[in-house]
Amino acid sequence: MGLTGQSSGISLLNNKFNITKKSDEQIVIALAGNPNTGKSTLFNHLTGLNQHTGNWPGKTVCNAQGTFKYKDKDYLLVDLPGTYSILANSVEEEIARDFICFGNPDITIVITDSTCLERNLNLVLQITEITDNVVLCLNLMDEAKRKGIDIDIKKLEKSLGIPVIPTVARDGKGVNDLLFTIHNIVEGISKPTPYKMTYDDSIEALVKEIEDNLSGLLDESLNSRWITLRLIDGDKSILKSIKEILNSPSYEEREV
Amino acid sequence: MKCDNCFERINKEELTLNKLPVGKTAKVKTLLNTGISRRRLLDLGLIPNSIVKTERLSPSGNPIAYNIKGAVIALRKKESKNVIVTLLHEE
Repeated sequence: MGLTGQSSGISLLNNKFNITKKSDEQIVIALAGNPNTGKSTLFNHLTGLNQHTGNWPGKTVCNAQGTFKYKDKDYLLVDLPGTYSILANSVEEEIARDFICFGNPDITIVITDSTCLERNLNLVLQITEITDNVVLCLNLMDEAKRKGIDIDIKKLEKSLGIPVIPTVARDGKGVNDLLFTIHNIVEGISKPTPYKMTYDDSIEALVKEIEDNLSGLLDESLNSRWITLRLIDGDKSILKSIKEILNSPSYEEREV
Repeated sequence: MKCDNCFERINKEELTLNKLPVGKTAKVKTLLNTGISRRRLLDLGLIPNSIVKTERLSPSGNPIAYNIKGAVIALRKKESKNVIVTLLHEE
């Protein structure tokens, strides 16, 4: 990695994530979600590609990418590995986390399994902590219906503060709604305002202190609050990623 | 009456998750570990008061597959012994 173009998003996408953006106008969408919720199925449906889908975890380890067009706009879709968390414990989680945090996708779609929504919401909250532009896609609605599960979409939307779209990716149901929602966000017609987690006073005070110290050190495009929280966590792998991405060796020493 | 008491005793029995027999359901009481390994268990859905069921054993008995909030997840003994659960009486 050379020094030139380090700060530009495109070079970052190229170097770190091996993703080639055709032009500046192309909109990057990340597909995240728990394992086995239909990320790759939706990916194939949108891009018309035939990436391998299969019912076992860890199938998508390296991210796959494809393009599609909607209403005269070019989109680049990145299929991330399925994870339960992005507080990196494994390589897949690190890939997903680094892409969402440092790859600056324009929009992140979180795909969840409607038959066990509760366990999926953990990841949703973790992602909305990093980025605002999140769309929640409730996949496998047909299976949920078969199991007698009824989801109050409006209420979910209200409490999470992000658009919630029910889909059946296998049949392509709801995919148009999803695209329309994404289009609206890209055009600035709607703006997700996700629910933000507030922590204990003691933690919040610490966050403020560290965040003030961090400002100026971090690139504006990075979410300093989120990085601060990870530093408090004592997450070493985030330091490694920040170092790689900003090519700045001084970060390691600033661990609090 | 005696039998009810007996169930009452079993109901309140606490054990570590790795000792939960196949087919039995339990409620998570607390996690003993800290840091990243604790975070990991929480991310997998092992949050206090959540319900967990032992699905099956691997041939060597380690790891063991559990149903946690609708997904089957295999945990090694090293991890599951940090989870204290309360055995639930099945209907």
